[in-house]
Amino acid sequence: MRRLIFLLPIAIVAVLVAIFWIGLDPKRDKSILPSALVGNPAPAFDLPGLSDNAPRLTLVQFKGKLVAINFFASWCLPCRAEHPLLKQITAEFGVPVIGVAWKDKPEASQAFLAQLGDPYAATGDDHNGRTGIDFGITGVPETFLVGPDGTVLYRFAGPLSPEGLRDQLAPAIAEAKQ
Amino acid sequence: MRRVLALLAMLWIAPALAQEAQLADPALEQRARDLSREIRCVVCQSQSVADSDADIAQELRVMIREQIAAGKSDQEIRDYLVARYGDFVLFNPPFKGSTYVLWIGPFAILLLAGFGVAMFFRRRARELARAPELSVDEHSRVVRLLQDGPEDRA
Amino acid sequence: MIPELGHYALVLALVMALAQASLPMVGAARGIRPWMQLAKPAALAQFAFVAFAFLALMYSFAASDFSVAIVTQHSHSEQPLIYKLSGTWGNHEGSLLLWVLILTIFGALVALFGENLPPRLKARTLSVQAMISVGFLLFMLLTSNPFARMNPAPLEGDELNPLLQDPGLAMHPPMLYLGYVGFSIVFSFAVAALIDGKVDAAWARWVRPWCLLSWTSLTGGIVLGSWWAYNELGWGGWWFWDPVENASFMPWLIGTALLHSALVVEKRDALKSWTILLSILTFGFSLLGTFLVRSGIITSVHAFADDPTRGVFILVLLATAIGMPLSLYAYRAPVLRGGGLFAPLSREGALVMNNLLLAVMTATVLFGTLYPLMLDLTTGKTISVGGPFYMATFGVFALPLLILMAIGPFMGWKRGDVRGALQRLIAAAICALGAAIIAIWIKSEGPLLAPLGILVGVWLLVGTVIEFMERIRLFEGNPARIWNRARHTPRAAYGMTLAHFGLAVAVIGMTGAAAWKTENIEVLQPGQSLALQGYDFKLESVQGIRGENYLADQAHFVVSQGGELIANLYPERRQYLVQPMPTTEAAIRSTPFADLYAVIGEPDGKGGWVVRVYHEPLVGWIWFGALIMVAGGLTSLSDRRYRVGAPVRAGTAQAAKA
Repeated sequence: MRRLIFLLPIAIVAVLVAIFWIGLDPKRDKSILPSALVGNPAPAFDLPGLSDNAPRLTLVQFKGKLVAINFFASWCLPCRAEHPLLKQITAEFGVPVIGVAWKDKPEASQAFLAQLGDPYAATGDDHNGRTGIDFGITGVPETFLVGPDGTVLYRFAGPLSPEGLRDQLAPAIAEAKQ
Repeated sequence: MRRVLALLAMLWIAPALAQEAQLADPALEQRARDLSREIRCVVCQSQSVADSDADIAQELRVMIREQIAAGKSDQEIRDYLVARYGDFVLFNPPFKGSTYVLWIGPFAILLLAGFGVAMFFRRRARELARAPELSVDEHSRVVRLLQDGPEDRA
Repeated sequence: MIPELGHYALVLALVMALAQASLPMVGAARGIRPWMQLAKPAALAQFAFVAFAFLALMYSFAASDFSVAIVTQHSHSEQPLIYKLSGTWGNHEGSLLLWVLILTIFGALVALFGENLPPRLKARTLSVQAMISVGFLLFMLLTSNPFARMNPAPLEGDELNPLLQDPGLAMHPPMLYLGYVGFSIVFSFAVAALIDGKVDAAWARWVRPWCLLSWTSLTGGIVLGSWWAYNELGWGGWWFWDPVENASFMPWLIGTALLHSALVVEKRDALKSWTILLSILTFGFSLLGTFLVRSGIITSVHAFADDPTRGVFILVLLATAIGMPLSLYAYRAPVLRGGGLFAPLSREGALVMNNLLLAVMTATVLFGTLYPLMLDLTTGKTISVGGPFYMATFGVFALPLLILMAIGPFMGWKRGDVRGALQRLIAAAICALGAAIIAIWIKSEGPLLAPLGILVGVWLLVGTVIEFMERIRLFEGNPARIWNRARHTPRAAYGMTLAHFGLAVAVIGMTGAAAWKTENIEVLQPGQSLALQGYDFKLESVQGIRGENYLADQAHFVVSQGGELIANLYPERRQYLVQPMPTTEAAIRSTPFADLYAVIGEPDGKGGWVVRVYHEPLVGWIWFGALIMVAGGLTSLSDRRYRVGAPVRAGTAQAAKA
């Protein structure tokens, strides 16, 4: 009995090492907080357009379709970096992208899109940022994949990159289409 | 790591567009501050939204005030945030299924260790009781040693 | 050329380490004297090579040699020299080199000053020390070469992280590592003793100074980090229960337990196998800390690397370095039977309780740190574990520990008089209760732990003073005799008194700062003011200034109370040359009672600025208390008995009884 107690330390260490071994799996993405929204219905929103005579943007408009919602801002540098890739989502995968300008002045957002091109099927102005918080974003840019029934299927935080698009968003889109 | 840095970098570059308006009622304002201290800034490390300069933290501070002013209770606001950001957003891990182990754990460890120490003392006491008595010869030797000093001088 | 020489020196050091790890160990087992004696020159040579490599790296930083990759990544030619130099260890590879340097320093010290160690013990200790070296040198040479070159060399570097460009943080890693790595030699001694099959008072005596040195450095290192965070991060906080902070705290807790447990081995020949276990675990926690910081398994502001291959290597290193000794322990420890018997109510008993509480506290911190990871792996959920959890568990466990600390020194060995001790401590109890009542009266809301913290802090403070007064019998006899008694009190006793006293001061400070901190945050235009705790903070102006390698917005606050000028504060918001994140330099006005702390944040685009002010009572007591603790450690270290080592037999036995 006494002998067994001396085995306790090494046993505990063995368990810890096993936990760490599993934890080191490179496929675990530890830096990004998982979205609490994935698997739940996307929050409804009703936002004004970017210009005075632009139509309002609501989620209901896109019911029945697979869409991507991209939160961006003109003052956000990584948003500029990812901008060209947004067109690719529509061009390559046939998924329309909705743009939501987060905490920005409508004129600035319009200038941004005029300068870099408008990849969006529709845009909305989330001036006070509430819609963003509704979606649980941690900042901009952030892109959500929403299914035809309105469920959030996937969340990509941070600027899209070719690898991110290819390795993470694309498989999510493919899975959604099935 | 670079992604985290990029994320942090852009949040810092953004000008603060939200006004740090306080609530007029000091009691409500205090509630807002206390609640803000309980909510973790999700893009910082170990900072509450009360302490952080990050954009999202400022947004959340404003949102907390709005909801308090609109009459929501603290728990409703917490639930709202947890629904969107997960349990991670609370500094105080909630006391529910997944965290029973967390809260009970240290006390369980204390009890186990205490038990171990108690056993240790019990065993010691038993050994003390079992210590062999000195024989008569050994006893007189002890007395002689104490009186005369060491038996052999090197 | 110099980087290549440095690199080569590391390879040579590895060769020395391999020799030192193998030959003396075999020599000790087989009784081959020359092989055992090889340990000393090998240790010295290993140190020389690693020191050369370290100097080579430092030179590369000082000279801004951007052909060396890490110099490019972590330095800039316009940085002040001190930050060029401290950049040497302000990165993963360089800090590893610092790690190994300290490892070899300790090996060399034992080689040089361990003349009266039994040859086998010395050989085995140095051997084990070299095994650790081998592990880390291999890690460096295979995955984290500090001397990796870049071709072509860029013209300018990326700059040292601005957060690290601070004097406190420049010294934080060396002090911390001196502590962390210092425990490696205790570890080596313990493993050597296990192989020997013998642990006795002499062993405990030899080990004590190394333990003390490491503990003292670790205390200093941790507090420097906290002090830096307080000054630099602008949140008014000084401890965040961040995984990496915890990683440095755990060895400290267990190291404290080890220090006290070794006392019992030395004085009473008991608690042997427990002390050996602690020796292994303390360094084990140091290694765990290294793993957590460098493997990327837990993200943290501190984390260096995000590279899974490095993580795997360290994990294997960790598993081997801890696993093998613990297996040896499981096999050999039953052989180590203790001699001294003691009643539960005795000084030994108090030390056992001390160890129990410290061990549980360490386990609690470990548990809280790893829980999010374990939960994530099993259920995929993410939660965060922060201050409130630790206060409810760790904080609660600390209370009985602090209470015991005042009683323990009054207890005799083998059988102590608790009643008598408590009677002598009545004055302490009265002061403590009084202080707690005042605390509740000053601020009645707040956590229960606050007045309790004051209660036990003052209890320990007064209790320690009472014990010291009794020891030198302060009120008996004339001043000359009292002075004589004080002079003959061993330094180790002074050390203990100072360390316990320092901890009491620090605990009171921590309680005050944590429980009674108040803050205010507003957007101010120049000319407007902000009020906090009866102080008025008026923002006079904000101007742009230029520093050596940064631009800053500097605010001028005029702080007054009741119309009377208290202080002028100049917090800054700095933008360094290359890195995009701005850093805050808080402006702090400290008094023994409280700190006034002002921070300037972002501009609101309309001429106003986000401004934060804090009032932190008693926070200065934390740094002061820690300083006293370090002084206590150093005082104990200066006790001649521990430097000379275990006394020799016969003739000097009388002298040794001092």
